[in-house]
Amino acid sequence: MVHKVNSGHPGGSLGCTEFFVALYYEIMELKDGFDMNGSDENLFFLSNGHISPVFYSVLAHKGYFPVEELNTFRLIDSRLQGHPTTHEGLPGVRIASGSLGQGLSVAIGAALSKKMNNDRKTVFALMGDGELQEGQNWEAIMFAAGKKVDNLIATVDLNGKQIDGATDDVLPMGDIPAKFSAFGWEVIKLEKGNDLKAIVETLKLAQTKTGKGKPIVIIMHTEMGNGVDYMMHTHAWHGKAPNDEQLEIALSQNPETLGDY
Amino acid sequence: MEKYTDQGKVDTRSGFGAGLTELGRTNPNVIALCADLVGSLKMQDFIDENPDRFIQVGIAEANMMGIAAGLTIGGKIPFTGTFANFSTGRVYDQIRQSIAYSGKNVKICASHAGVTLGEDGATHQILEDIGLMKMLPGMTVINPCDFNQTKAATLAIANHQGPVYLRFGRPKVANFTTDEMPFEIGKGIVLNTGNDVTLVATGHLVWEALLAAEALEAEGVSAEVINIHTIKPLDTELLLTSVRKTGCIVSAEEHNYLGGLGESIAGALASSHPTPQEFVATNDTFGESGTPAQLMEKYGLNKNAIIAAAKKVMARK
Repeated sequence: MVHKVNSGHPGGSLGCTEFFVALYYEIMELKDGFDMNGSDENLFFLSNGHISPVFYSVLAHKGYFPVEELNTFRLIDSRLQGHPTTHEGLPGVRIASGSLGQGLSVAIGAALSKKMNNDRKTVFALMGDGELQEGQNWEAIMFAAGKKVDNLIATVDLNGKQIDGATDDVLPMGDIPAKFSAFGWEVIKLEKGNDLKAIVETLKLAQTKTGKGKPIVIIMHTEMGNGVDYMMHTHAWHGKAPNDEQLEIALSQNPETLGDY
Repeated sequence: MEKYTDQGKVDTRSGFGAGLTELGRTNPNVIALCADLVGSLKMQDFIDENPDRFIQVGIAEANMMGIAAGLTIGGKIPFTGTFANFSTGRVYDQIRQSIAYSGKNVKICASHAGVTLGEDGATHQILEDIGLMKMLPGMTVINPCDFNQTKAATLAIANHQGPVYLRFGRPKVANFTTDEMPFEIGKGIVLNTGNDVTLVATGHLVWEALLAAEALEAEGVSAEVINIHTIKPLDTELLLTSVRKTGCIVSAEEHNYLGGLGESIAGALASSHPTPQEFVATNDTFGESGTPAQLMEKYGLNKNAIIAAAKKVMARK
């Protein structure tokens, strides 16, 4: 997808592929079809909207829209905008994201809505680690603990990288799990964030901790660009598309690929 | 000239509070959120009657806007409450992405708009909020003129699907609209018919426009007075009908002339019926501390300013 339009964010998408597959195929209870209210089903909010390629791919494969439509990613008149949006009516997307730091607040609102509706299904959210530099997150983190939003499982994609370099070089954020703990969250560390089995187990563990007065966060260590050797261990592929040769190498390293359609 | 009776000075924010209280009793989907300004926004009655439908967010307006967006998923109708400055400029990107672009049914209810916030000064007196909000695609922008109309607008926006910016104020002002003036989003109200000049006002300036029309009548000038409570979508047809008759127009608002009601009117008329127009508005400036009346006088936002603008624009016909 990213190669086809020579635009997009492959690094973070590859780093979170296993997470999306685990969440959508093994964890979330979803109704057939799509309605915005999403009552009596799990909801997911993507805060770091730039990893739209993996989000779109999983939504398409789950049947929210035709897989062929992935070919329109970032092209004119597409429902698959560069960053996810509800504006074009793409099924599976419930909020626009891309301007960072807003998704956790939205997920909290949706979780509160579920509580008010006596809907016991959990709300999930994914954030990037660099994104935690946005102050709104800390308003949301403080609120969710203070108001006991315990039907929410947030995950932080801890890949240690952002556009300008390593997060520790750009703006060191210190001990992120300790920060969540100090704010009153239930913190679960996931060291193998690119291991499907480990992710499923961790998400299941997180589900057992809902309804106990604390919001839950999974600090998920991932490798940006996972599965493509030249994209790993660097921030260079945050927002850059591979050329023809690079794509061939990448696909050869990933026999089961999201691919272009 | 039509006679309007001031039924007693009362603040428009209390009209919001009264409307919200009524919604608490009639619409179970209405949820109120506040960022530590419950008293200022007159939300306490709603909270007392519906404690489970109120969310105190604390001093965290960005988070409040995001939570409001999320609440709509599941069918809630969130009403956020804080000062106009913190309802707009402080959280513009949150409104833009999570509410407007996402098409969420959030009602952004903003008190203490304009210079009439008074003594707190320019840090709290936003004069750019109408412009900020009207530029967002899909956003409805409403600035009611008195207690009764603010209450009516609060009730009306609950039944409107889509994001709304509702702007009201702090000071006690004349309460003069009646049940005979039903509130319909997007429909202006002709308060007085006249032939020589059209006076179009929104918010606190509507009463001043009526006072101005009365004074002008004494000088033999017949002024048409139109209350535009909905700045977006603008009731262009009503304005066109009026200026085709009067041939000139004065717009009056407690807002910067850049980005305000007057600018919207000028844009609408320019494309179909270019009309001489004068702007009663702040002139690209910040406010300052003072009493509401002092500030209205100093920044040219009262009856006298409207009378002067009317005479000036009639001379340009």
